[in-house]
Amino acid sequence: MAQPLVKKDDDHDDEAEYSPFLGIEKGAVLQEARVFNDPQLDPRRCSQVITKLLYLLNQGETFTKIEATEVFFAVTKLFQSRDLGLRRMVYLMIKELSPSSDEVIIVTSSLMKDMNSKTDMYRANAIRVLCRITDGTLLTQIERYLKQAIVDKNPVVASAALVSGIHLLQSNPEIVKRWSNEVQEAMQSRAALVQFHALALLHQIRQNDRLAVSKLVTSLTRGTVRSPLAQCLLIRYTCQVIRESAGNTQTGERPFYDYLESCLRHKAEMVIFEAARAITELNGVTSRELTPAITVLQLFLSSSKPVLRFAAVRTLNKVAMMHPMAVTNCNIDMESLISDQNRSIATLAITTLLKTGNESSVDRLMKQITNFMSDIADEFKIVVVEAIRSLCLKFPLKYRSLMNFLSNILREEGGFEYKKAIVDSIVILIRDIPDAKESGLLHLCEFIEDCEFTYLSTQILHFLGIEGPKTSDPSKYIRYIYNRVHLENATVRASAVSTLAKFGAMVDSLKPRIFVLLRRCLFDSDDEVRDRATLYLNTLGADGAMDETNEDASEFLFGSLDVPLESSDEPFDISSVPREVKVQPLAEKKAPSKKPAGLGAPPSGPTATVDAYEKLLSSIPEFSSFGNLFKSSAPVELTEAETEYAVNVVKHIFDQHVVFQYNCTNTIPEQLLENVTVLVDSSEAEEFAEVASKPLQSLPYDSPGQTFVAFEKPQGVPAVGKFSNILKFIVKEVDTSTGEAEDDGVEDEYRLEDLEVVAADYMQKVGVSNFRNAWENMNPDSERVDEYGLGPRENLSEAVNAVINLLGMQPCEGTEVVPSNSRSHTCLLSGVFIGNVRVLVRLSFGIDGEKEVAMKLARAPAAQQVNSGKLREFGGKTVAAREELRPDKRDKKRKRAGVREGAREKSRETALEVKFAWKKRKGRGRSDGICEELFMGMNREVACNLAFLTINEKGKARMEGWCDGDGLLLLGERRWRGEEEEEGKGSTLAFTEKDGWIEERMRWKGKMDGSSWMYGDEEVEEQHRVEKDGLGCRFDEVVPVIEGPIGEGKGDLGSPDFRVSSN
Amino acid sequence: MEKCPSVKSILLLDSEGKRVAVKYYSDDWPTNAAKEAFEKDVFTKTQKTNARTEAEIAMFENNMVVYKFVQDLHFFVTGGEDENELILATVLQGFFDAVGLLLRGNVDKREALENLDLILLCLDEIVDGGIILETDATVIAGKVASHSIDAGAPLSEQTISQALATAREHLTRSLLK
Repeated sequence: MAQPLVKKDDDHDDEAEYSPFLGIEKGAVLQEARVFNDPQLDPRRCSQVITKLLYLLNQGETFTKIEATEVFFAVTKLFQSRDLGLRRMVYLMIKELSPSSDEVIIVTSSLMKDMNSKTDMYRANAIRVLCRITDGTLLTQIERYLKQAIVDKNPVVASAALVSGIHLLQSNPEIVKRWSNEVQEAMQSRAALVQFHALALLHQIRQNDRLAVSKLVTSLTRGTVRSPLAQCLLIRYTCQVIRESAGNTQTGERPFYDYLESCLRHKAEMVIFEAARAITELNGVTSRELTPAITVLQLFLSSSKPVLRFAAVRTLNKVAMMHPMAVTNCNIDMESLISDQNRSIATLAITTLLKTGNESSVDRLMKQITNFMSDIADEFKIVVVEAIRSLCLKFPLKYRSLMNFLSNILREEGGFEYKKAIVDSIVILIRDIPDAKESGLLHLCEFIEDCEFTYLSTQILHFLGIEGPKTSDPSKYIRYIYNRVHLENATVRASAVSTLAKFGAMVDSLKPRIFVLLRRCLFDSDDEVRDRATLYLNTLGADGAMDETNEDASEFLFGSLDVPLESSDEPFDISSVPREVKVQPLAEKKAPSKKPAGLGAPPSGPTATVDAYEKLLSSIPEFSSFGNLFKSSAPVELTEAETEYAVNVVKHIFDQHVVFQYNCTNTIPEQLLENVTVLVDSSEAEEFAEVASKPLQSLPYDSPGQTFVAFEKPQGVPAVGKFSNILKFIVKEVDTSTGEAEDDGVEDEYRLEDLEVVAADYMQKVGVSNFRNAWENMNPDSERVDEYGLGPRENLSEAVNAVINLLGMQPCEGTEVVPSNSRSHTCLLSGVFIGNVRVLVRLSFGIDGEKEVAMKLARAPAAQQVNSGKLREFGGKTVAAREELRPDKRDKKRKRAGVREGAREKSRETALEVKFAWKKRKGRGRSDGICEELFMGMNREVACNLAFLTINEKGKARMEGWCDGDGLLLLGERRWRGEEEEEGKGSTLAFTEKDGWIEERMRWKGKMDGSSWMYGDEEVEEQHRVEKDGLGCRFDEVVPVIEGPIGEGKGDLGSPDFRVSSN
Repeated sequence: MEKCPSVKSILLLDSEGKRVAVKYYSDDWPTNAAKEAFEKDVFTKTQKTNARTEAEIAMFENNMVVYKFVQDLHFFVTGGEDENELILATVLQGFFDAVGLLLRGNVDKREALENLDLILLCLDEIVDGGIILETDATVIAGKVASHSIDAGAPLSEQTISQALATAREHLTRSLLK
């Protein structure tokens, strides 16, 4: 029955958002699809149901395999109907369902019938459907029809066959290649698009035959190709021929250039553009060749169509990179595009202008861009910033205006990426243009005063630490940096501390001041900040006790990481990080003073780390070719305690080799052993073959020595076996009184215990932080489950420990501990097996009444990619934190020691802290708000001055600078923002330094009344003089021109909440 | 560059960025989630522009997007970054005009959804697997609109009920007009 497409639901009629598919549901539609099976088909209704199915698929709904099959079979029934519209929908549906090959067979005959139908639309569509779903075997059956279709007089049918041919060429090239005669015939078709499709297919068939392509292009460029699309295609092929023939032609004339040039006069815009673009992209294009192309592109620039303008400006932008001069003619048109509605076009125009502009036009351009910047999106701004950066590098003399521009836009609103692009640009300019350094650094300083991005703040602080100390006046950056310690979050504070330390290390004259500042950081609320401050105070030798050389400190502060974290493309490999902690000079200095001297050499032998083993082994030429050491076992004793000769062995596992390191100790004072070797019998270890041994030349009493034996084993295989060992040597008697050995020795041997190489030797104990995650990330296919009976055991704990030792893996999450009396337990183990395979094991134990233990073992070796992918991610994350956090993370121990020391030192110091705050105070010097000042000094002498800042409630007004106790700024600048700015207009403040005195001159308009002041109309001039002292300035004498509230820093202004604490 | 001009996707979205009909011809967006993310991206990036008189163009993340809006429908054709912008614009124009012809000038979301079969057939006739089939709007619309009983089928093969259905259909259509 004919129905409206969807039953109109009254509830939804009134809704503004009406959709015929409102409330559509997959299940219901699949039910509806049953109408396909009706004996009396209703084509209209069937069409509607197919439309609904297609709608669902289009909205991203998926059908299960079964649903898809059911729908497919139902749809095939619809071939019975002769309704053309329905048939078209059936074709669409079959294409969407992309049936499997056994299902395809069902529709093949129907489609083949349609392919030979008299109706053109059937033929065309059936060809496209069949070619879409068919496979190679079927293709040979229908090949004949396809060849016919290609030369069909109906262009729709011919196009359908040709396009299908293009698709089929990917999967069945050998079949499609046989059609080339037909395709060539189709090339002559009068229908434009048939020509286009035929050309595309013909070229693809011949694409590997350079000569054929060249011939094709030659013949076609002479003839007439009707379709603009085909013409575009021909231009592309021509370019290919030109590229490939480059080098063959010695003469100046470029082949086919005339053809390209003639295309510039084609009537279709797409052809003109394609040709123009092709010319600009020619290898080594000359300006003469470029000119006609640039001319047509220039015409496009003033087109009314945005697409045309965009295409032209984008191409010109590319040309400007290589041939800026060729594009200068378009500059006037380009400038008018700056105000283009389409911001992409405007941005491209700007960046092109920046590339082509000459030095004299920079200023004018900057003015235009400034207006433009406010109304484009961040992503376009970034493009502009990058263009300005390269412009600045091109015209270093113009850095002033460009740097100004960058600093201006830095102050504007903007997202992180944008700000980062600006900061990066400034940093690059500072590096490359020495003149720009000072102003650039100041711009950056100003930016971090009000920067919401922690990452950028830390980056800039780091950069300041490197560049700041090298400037002519490093001290002026200090206050910006120290302000961070007051105002920012812990991460930024910590970076600021590091930066301060760098200044201290590089600039000797600032050192004492830096120490004062760093000492203040010892009271920070964040431990990282305190730790850093303590560390740097010690490194820089603040307490005078250490006289560490400057190089050490600098190396520590400025030195790079042991392992580059941003190493190119290679995934981060944790194994490349040295496992040995660097011996810090600090620790070395401590040792001799605290410990009784002459304790002797550190205990030798087994305590050495894996790194030491690796170093030792790679220093032996015989073993140096074995590759990376995978694992070294703990020493295994091969002799009883208290025997003549004590021997233990360390098994070193390499990928293809095993090296036994026998640590021998001679415990008999009367003997000297020479030429010590170990004779290893590997008859019980079939897979091992001895390849080398390194005897020990001499083994005197009580000084251990090593002899080595190396075996080869199959690569990557955890070969196991048992080895029996005999120690062979030449014994020489030693006269204990003289220590002289006799000349003649006796050959002797000593039987050692057997040595076994077990599976656990091939397993590295490597823990995972989150076992569950790691387990789930493992490829489930690689999981193996086995069950074992472990026989009777005392308790579960014993069984668990035995298995862990057997596997040699790292227990995770404390699962090696078995609660007492428990009857079942799950233990999680992790490790890396030889061949760098990560292995996770989940052990499930159960114990029954008879103490029989059963174990279920499930293990999952990870796919290598998962592993390295994770690590890469880890590496990536670390990069961000690297700049500032890394240096002192290197040695946590040292830091800890420093903290205690710092605290002790602090208690000895007599410090006076004065803190006061006041609120709402009108008048010069302070805007309303809360002001905090912190004074600190020695011996009750309030001598130090600090960064002074006021922030009003909205956080808008802020002043900063060095100031004395009275709120007067010294050695700094005063800036007004927000409300203060309005009132304080016209005030001037100048500081000059003369003979150790700082003179402050201030002119402003207002009135002074005792200790308060108001802005007003009268002109006021003040002059103060203070003595410069150390870090800040000591207030000594003031010479006011008129009476003013100047005295010693007593903190008596506006009756502040005044506290004095002294310890 | 030596490859055939190709279209990566054709999108028809409504004024909130929801799908009306979309068609992807490239593997750049393997999952539906990726497709939806791309559509959202395309929609938000072009939303504020005025593309009602002339087709507009935008480029982001290696995608060239040409688009045109009418009523509450947003038409997009996207291609690779090296594609000839004007070819994409031609495809867009073909699609846009063909839809206009098929919907008899009432181009809005409601009309498009009610004639979704026509829109889907239209998409099918414009591009096949990324290769441009036809760009002439009248030809496209002509191919789609040839809704009739197969001319080759003799009348006798139509059953009485089919004939009745056809008659009823004609009647309802004329009544609804």
